[in-house]
Amino acid sequence: MTDSTARVPALRRADLSEQRLKRRYAAEKRFRFYGLAAIFAALAILGLLIGTIVLNGHTAFVQTHLEIPVFLDPEVIDPEGNGDPGALRRADYQGLLKKSLRERFPDVSGRRDRIKLYGILSNGAGLDLRAEVQADPSIIGTNQTIWVKSSDDIDSLVKGYIDRDLPEGDRRVKDNEIAWIDALEADGGVEKQFNTTFFTAGDSREPEQAGIWGAAVGSFFTLMITLILSFPIGVLSAIYLEEFAPKNRWTDLIEVNINNLAAVPSIIFGLLGLAVFLGVFGFPRSAPLVGGMVLALMTLPTIIIAARAALKAVPPSIREAALGVGASRLQVVTHHVLPLALPGIMTGTIIGMAQALGETAPLLMIGMVAFIVDVPGGVTDPATVLPVQIFLWADAPERAFVEKTNGAIMVLLAFLILMNALAVLLRKRFERQW
Amino acid sequence: MNSFILIAILLTLATIGYSFGQRRARKVSGGEPSTLHSRPQYYGLYVALWCGIPSLILMAIWLIVEPQVAEWMLISNLPEDIQALPADRLSLLINDVKNLASGNIVSREIDGALQRAADGYASARQIGNAAMVVVAIAIAVIGLGFAQRHITPTLRARNLFERAVSVLMIAASTIAVLTTLGIVLSLLFEAMRFFAQVPWYEFLFGLSWSPQTALRVDQVGGSGAFGAVPLFAGTLMITLIAMCVAVPIGLFSAIYMSEYAPPRMRAIVKPLLEILAGVPTVVYGFFAALTVAPFIRRTGESIGLDVSSESALAAGMVMGIMIIPFISSLSDDVMNAVPRALRDGAFALGATKSETIKQVIFPAALPGIVGSLLLAMSRAIGETMIVVMAAGLAANLTADPLEAVTTVTVQIVTLLVGDQEFDSAKTLAAFALGLVLFAITLTLNVIALHVVRRYREKYD
Repeated sequence: MTDSTARVPALRRADLSEQRLKRRYAAEKRFRFYGLAAIFAALAILGLLIGTIVLNGHTAFVQTHLEIPVFLDPEVIDPEGNGDPGALRRADYQGLLKKSLRERFPDVSGRRDRIKLYGILSNGAGLDLRAEVQADPSIIGTNQTIWVKSSDDIDSLVKGYIDRDLPEGDRRVKDNEIAWIDALEADGGVEKQFNTTFFTAGDSREPEQAGIWGAAVGSFFTLMITLILSFPIGVLSAIYLEEFAPKNRWTDLIEVNINNLAAVPSIIFGLLGLAVFLGVFGFPRSAPLVGGMVLALMTLPTIIIAARAALKAVPPSIREAALGVGASRLQVVTHHVLPLALPGIMTGTIIGMAQALGETAPLLMIGMVAFIVDVPGGVTDPATVLPVQIFLWADAPERAFVEKTNGAIMVLLAFLILMNALAVLLRKRFERQW
Repeated sequence: MNSFILIAILLTLATIGYSFGQRRARKVSGGEPSTLHSRPQYYGLYVALWCGIPSLILMAIWLIVEPQVAEWMLISNLPEDIQALPADRLSLLINDVKNLASGNIVSREIDGALQRAADGYASARQIGNAAMVVVAIAIAVIGLGFAQRHITPTLRARNLFERAVSVLMIAASTIAVLTTLGIVLSLLFEAMRFFAQVPWYEFLFGLSWSPQTALRVDQVGGSGAFGAVPLFAGTLMITLIAMCVAVPIGLFSAIYMSEYAPPRMRAIVKPLLEILAGVPTVVYGFFAALTVAPFIRRTGESIGLDVSSESALAAGMVMGIMIIPFISSLSDDVMNAVPRALRDGAFALGATKSETIKQVIFPAALPGIVGSLLLAMSRAIGETMIVVMAAGLAANLTADPLEAVTTVTVQIVTLLVGDQEFDSAKTLAAFALGLVLFAITLTLNVIALHVVRRYREKYD
């Protein structure tokens, strides 16, 4: 400021001031442009993130199936001929499919090539056939054409993830396999069908047999425990701090504590869970019970802060009116304040649950990273959760798991969007201006 | 599952107690509820509390204590020579016995003594569980009967109930404090055990990190080095890269949103930006490892640079994207809170909008903005999944962002994931790292919250 006053005479010249004004306006425009550019950049990155995931992930929802004509040989399936369910379960269905493949491509000879030929089918293809037979045993002894899953490499080939123009040595799928698939395709025997396995199966080492159901159930159990623990505790402490607590050192301490807990890195909660829940109390490893407890401690601050804000938004006149007609302080809260604050509390809770659903790091600490094929049946069974499943698949070497990972991310994001949309809806629907 | 059924039974009993109490209260009032001290529901609640709370508390204690008692019984029943085994061998054996008892596959030969021990353990657990069910239900029923009998028209049931609820509320609100206490104590305790094996100055100032501990005494390279400086340097570098991405984008979007954007654009863009904070970090990690890192690598190669496939740059940039909303959202709020009068004063002097922002609003909002930056930074330091998936494991002490570095959080995860014995220096080191991480983020948070609060008070 001081040096500009020293140059006062220059300032007064009309031509200079016009130039200066131009410069200032240009600076203004530039500044504004930076702001827009920043927002645009952030949104573009968001778009890129979602875009790459959807682009690479949408194919996870379909799976290449091959049409195989197969003779359901009673000698193999039901040698006793009495329709014993045990025999039906144990029969070598994969062998039947292999035989059909041999008949379809009679000129394939030699052990190596035969194994390659069988390899175009998934190891689980026999299970598809078995399901078919178990559903209707009367088809035993007839010729059927059924659709079975292809192996993951063939799936990648059909979906176009494998470049056919590469030299054969650099490709996971060799020339003869491509020839077989092309031959099948020419007969209309190759089709991409909806991938039910992806939504109904647990984890697997074989990409085409791996699904997210196990992880989804694990996530569900974990979130249930989190909700059961953190919602009542969070609401009770919010009510206490907002409505009852005297202003003293102790309540100040609790407040500061809650604010700081909200910003503690999530992995620290994992360490707490490992040292206390597993180390001291001896709870089972990898269990949704412990995962839910750790996540409950983590989401507690979110819920408390949201619930306090919601309680604070209820005008004091409501409380005074209730007290005036003789309600006790607890009655004021339970009959009047809490019902009015409930939508806000629910919104905060849903947002906290969404955070918990996406959390990975603390669950790694308490051993929820194990490879688990079975779908968990309870909160103490070993389980994994969706984000951890994504983490595990992201590390898997098979090409086909990339697409599964993206698919699982899409499912997870869909859940998160759904939960957040619900929160927004609740807020919109019940928001009150006092 | 057993305990869940028990909880369900206890809750059912409590519900029954509620209706019993209510009915009883109506009865003792002689058909005139107005002669009661409290409304009949409160007598019901009073009975339900007596029925539910003691039995649930007993059940919780039982669940925590019983396995330890069973284990103690198991050890004291084992033959003398097995009891004399060193602690770690004994704990392995006990694990096997427990596995055997629950019908799992066991890694060792099963002999008669082991099988007997397992059977004894299984039956002890079974008896314990059955006893818990019986005792808990008995206590619930006794509580129900006791409270039921106590109901008289003069019983101050509402006051008693309200006192119980306020005790419950106080208990609930101390859980937050207990959590912090639990974090501090468990980290301190395990870290102390670590520092008993590795001196703290070596940990804090040592330049080499290779956390292997010898399995055998004569193992090559088994000494292990626990100098954490490379991890701190790696964390700092990735955080700095993240801030370099997030600060300009975050601040400029905050400025545009609070000062320029029309309300309709604000209403659309602000939630969109907040999506960035809601995306799970594992998704960012996947994005960094599969999209950003290869992209940086290819770009680097095309201009002749040798880029590691797990470069700090990729992890840092993606982390920067993640923390954009933390900066933009809080800074936006802070700038909106600058009083209108300051703005109007600047405009009245003929300042353009950008001059007003740069010379009036920004300085006025600076404390709050600094607070938001500190919070974002603490978020970046504590972030785990992005660096686990996209940054390396090798503890390089380097200033080159194109090389692979490792961070505190990555090392915590790699040290603790997988099967390890609980008291090796390797696993304990993770807790020491956790302690450092907690201390740093806590300091940043406390400063940030303090600054923001001071700032709010200034303009409120």
